[in-house]
Amino acid sequence: MTAERAIRLGPAAVVVLVLAFAPLIFSDFYLSAVITKALWLGIAAVSLIFLAGYVGMVSLGQVALYGIAGFTMANFVAADGGSEIALNPWVATFLGLAAAVALGFFLGAIASRSYGIYFLMITLAFSVLVYFFFAQVTQLSGFGGVNNVDLPSVVGNPLQQPARLFYIALAVSAVVYVGLRYITRTPLGLAFQGVRDDPARMRALGYNVPLLRAVAFALGALVAGLAGVLSVWWNTRISPGSISLSQTIDLLVIAVIGGLYRLEGAWVGAVVVTALDNWLRGLDVVGSRFNTVIGVIFLAIVLISPGGLMGIWGSLTTRLQSRFAPSEAAEEEREAVPLTEGTHPAGERPVVP
Amino acid sequence: MLRGLVAAALAFVVAWVAYKASQDPRVAVVVGLNGLTLAGLYFVVASGFTLIFGLMRVVNMAHGSLYMLAGFFAFELQDRLSGGEATSAFGSSEAGVGDWVIPLVVASLAVGVIGLVTQQLFLRWNQGQELRQALITIAISVIIADQALAHFGGVAQELAPPSVFPESVDLHVYGLSYPFFRIFVLLAAIAVGLILWAVIKQTRYGMIVRAGVDDRHMVSALGINIQLVFAGAFFAGAFLAGLGGVLGGTMISVDKGNDTQYLLIALIVVIIGGMGSFGGAAVGALLLGLVDSLGDVYLPEGYTNYSVLLIFALLVLVLAVRPLGLFGRPA
Repeated sequence: MTAERAIRLGPAAVVVLVLAFAPLIFSDFYLSAVITKALWLGIAAVSLIFLAGYVGMVSLGQVALYGIAGFTMANFVAADGGSEIALNPWVATFLGLAAAVALGFFLGAIASRSYGIYFLMITLAFSVLVYFFFAQVTQLSGFGGVNNVDLPSVVGNPLQQPARLFYIALAVSAVVYVGLRYITRTPLGLAFQGVRDDPARMRALGYNVPLLRAVAFALGALVAGLAGVLSVWWNTRISPGSISLSQTIDLLVIAVIGGLYRLEGAWVGAVVVTALDNWLRGLDVVGSRFNTVIGVIFLAIVLISPGGLMGIWGSLTTRLQSRFAPSEAAEEEREAVPLTEGTHPAGERPVVP
Repeated sequence: MLRGLVAAALAFVVAWVAYKASQDPRVAVVVGLNGLTLAGLYFVVASGFTLIFGLMRVVNMAHGSLYMLAGFFAFELQDRLSGGEATSAFGSSEAGVGDWVIPLVVASLAVGVIGLVTQQLFLRWNQGQELRQALITIAISVIIADQALAHFGGVAQELAPPSVFPESVDLHVYGLSYPFFRIFVLLAAIAVGLILWAVIKQTRYGMIVRAGVDDRHMVSALGINIQLVFAGAFFAGAFLAGLGGVLGGTMISVDKGNDTQYLLIALIVVIIGGMGSFGGAAVGALLLGLVDSLGDVYLPEGYTNYSVLLIFALLVLVLAVRPLGLFGRPA
């Protein structure tokens, strides 16, 4: 193994090993409250990163879509609150995902002709509307939410058997990660990236650009829906509070901390934020002003490193590699770099004087 | 086909509202006035949002936070000024004119300055990076929300209008009377609209702003200090959010959830009306205000809590026909 491969793959191997034996390494509480939570939050964040990095659609509606999946699932099983219907939890899970995809496609179709910051505003408005919808409609939820949700038996009791849900979330994360990476290499994924870089040229080449964007958004909705269902399994409940604007912002914080261009950044950001959350809440100095600290950290990251932690990591490994193999290193790190004007979060755009 | 569907949906809604209104015209008058006065408040808030967006392409995600902050500032000030007389929860308020006007002016100015400082410190050197600017204002809204909760608590507060204002006015139809302050908000919104129109269309500053909306680089190349114009516009936009916060805090109340709520309102008004257009903001505010107040009353019995769906439907209808909003132009 050459030196630059070791630098690239070494950390990945360590991560895989730690994750495989996580239930033996961490306490039950830490496993559930930090690791498993970070896994499903990472799935939600990766749907945002996929759309932003590979399709050029920065969506703030992912929390609403995972809420749709979660609330649909919770309403179709036996639970306290919500509708009276009590189906098999697997059927309900499927219905939840289907609802998220259907609504994702519909919303994607509506918003597909808007770009950049307009798209962001429309998805944000949609997200807040979904929050108010579930807060007001007591037949489906109301402020108290849906509690004691019936789960598939394979999950067991998430409080007493945290390892089960951990491995489920790990498996789903792995499938989502590999699946999204695979899709980005298929003709469909390349078309998505073409839409990201130059919609006008793609249209000239005969692609149906609005349809491609709607399909990408539906795909993102499926991934977000998986996160929503897992969040219900993890919490055994869902309430409007878990899909409020602050959750949208948390997701954005995760995506930005992880870096908006790289899929694995979603889970890196999620682990950092949940671990930080867990640690800060225990500190006396911070007390209940936790959100101020998160806000300041978020502000600092946006101002200092637009690429987030993965951006810092990327430039670090590139520098390390270039010390060992100066020629090849530069090309390795360029995978998903959105170039669309206006949606570009990084600071590299030429400044017009 | 799409336009036909939209027209049919609109015709159905108008017919349904007309039918329900004819059954009880007294309620219809009050509901209509509620919608109009709400629209006035929405316009004041959204016009500041659209001013900032139109000129600088900054989506100020902290706009709702500025609204809420002004409401809380004004409440605190009124509490101190009147020695607790005006803000006591029981019975008659004893607010002098100054006890209301001074908080109005001071809180709006303070919020305007906060907006200006935000722009100068964080946004100015990130010009042209729209997403990054949106993220910066989101971070600021997180901080403001948490600090507001720490300092003002999570209780809804209500500002007292000056006691020289009459409680209500006689409408001279069906023997109805209507709260005076809501009418006052509507008049204030019209005044704000007229002042904005006069400044934008009739003054040199307005001319520069209009030119800046179309091509800020050209304006700057002509030797105009565009940074000064941006700073002024950001101050004015934040000031309008603050003005809305004090008016809304008196007309309805000010509460910890207002930041999300009024950000949503500003977003929807501006998406419907078209970004950067004041006429669009007025029409968008009118539509949203009417849908808000009519939906709560005229939806079929047992379904009035679904009124959020109406707002969603409004958004979908407008975007389906005009992706850039009713009065939107491509940037």
